[in-house]
Amino acid sequence: MALSSKTKAVLLGPLNKNNPVIVQVLGICSALAVTSKLEPSIVMAIAVVLVTAFANVIISLLRKTIPNRIRIIVQLVVVAALVTIVSEVLKAFAYDVNKQLSVFVGLIVTNCILMGRLEAFALGNGPWPSFLDGIGNGLGYGWILVVVGFFRELLGSGTLLGHQVIPQALYDAGYENNGLMMLAPMAILLVACIIWVHRSKNKELQEETN
Amino acid sequence: MNRENSGYTIIYASVMVIVVALGLAFTHQVLNERQIANENTDKMQQILRSLNLDVSVAEAQPKYTELIKNAYLINDEGVKVEGTEGITPDDPAFSTELGDTQAKGLPVYEAEVDGSTKYIIPMSGTGLWGPIWGYLAIESDGSAIYGAEFGHAGETPGLGAEIVTTPFRNQFREKNLFRNDEFTSVAVVKPGQTNSRRDYVDGISGGTITSKGVDNMLLNSVGRYKNFLMNLHTANQ
Repeated sequence: MALSSKTKAVLLGPLNKNNPVIVQVLGICSALAVTSKLEPSIVMAIAVVLVTAFANVIISLLRKTIPNRIRIIVQLVVVAALVTIVSEVLKAFAYDVNKQLSVFVGLIVTNCILMGRLEAFALGNGPWPSFLDGIGNGLGYGWILVVVGFFRELLGSGTLLGHQVIPQALYDAGYENNGLMMLAPMAILLVACIIWVHRSKNKELQEETN
Repeated sequence: MNRENSGYTIIYASVMVIVVALGLAFTHQVLNERQIANENTDKMQQILRSLNLDVSVAEAQPKYTELIKNAYLINDEGVKVEGTEGITPDDPAFSTELGDTQAKGLPVYEAEVDGSTKYIIPMSGTGLWGPIWGYLAIESDGSAIYGAEFGHAGETPGLGAEIVTTPFRNQFREKNLFRNDEFTSVAVVKPGQTNSRRDYVDGISGGTITSKGVDNMLLNSVGRYKNFLMNLHTANQ
């Protein structure tokens, strides 16, 4: 199935030049909180992809019926319902991960990316482009989480997905895990590093300095 | 249809809320059984960790049934409440939570490890950000600690959250809850400090309030079992 250039832009834009985390700087709170290990980062990324995609589709389908005065409330109810379902499913099928994500699954509701996409895109577009937009933005948020989670777990615990990857010989030689990596400030430094690399490759995103 | 009409808005909101409520209630019903099974397995894993056994989810149930020989509730005098014995998740000992005001007593689990009996009691308290809890496995003399397990809802990673790590938990082994026949519990002190009146372990550097929380939990929560432990202690002297 070939995608037209417009749908391609809708789907792939958020992964790069329109990224919700590193360009629009949205959803930072949860990006800092859940990325101390790789596994919760991946699960959180999947959860957000699912919620953004389906919330976008539902709002897009309802867009001609929603009373304008309560549209934010309707959006919130749809998002909250989806998030509750995700949380229930995690509790039933991935209990350990759910414990690690704790309150942050519930806090997907307050993720600005979601409300932003619903307001800016789903209310004015059909279900299929809205679905792609949701997937794109979810993935755009998700890949940042996974990259940050990867480095924090590798440098902070010496493991990846719970498996030891830094050899014991290195520890014997005096290497130590960086405990600072486990704390939220290092996550924001890592996000800043990603922004730095990203902007140096995309000069048009750089703000003009006086 | 006029979308800005108040009647339409009210009906729209009502229908939406009912549909969502039905959907969520249905999801909960469908998944509830699995969720409860997960919670029970998690609790079994915690109980087993207090016996210094870290088992996987799959092994938790068989290992629990193999090691835990009995479980029951005790009253404030430390005497077993009649008709509360049983180790399955449906029995009173397993389903009773410490903070429950309706509870008929305090839960105790009896485990048999290498031919000797250990008594496991649950604990609950408060850390810095939220609740902390744990299980304490005690030798049959009612005083020496065989193993300890701690959990927390949201302590700071790297600081207070370190109470769940094995090095912290292992410090409790062979510490005594009684000194000169008096219940003193085990103190958690700042690393490097000592306590001459009680057995003590080192707290977490940078996790002072969580460490204090553990200290209080060991004193107050375990203190509720004082009579039970005293009975064991005098019977075994």
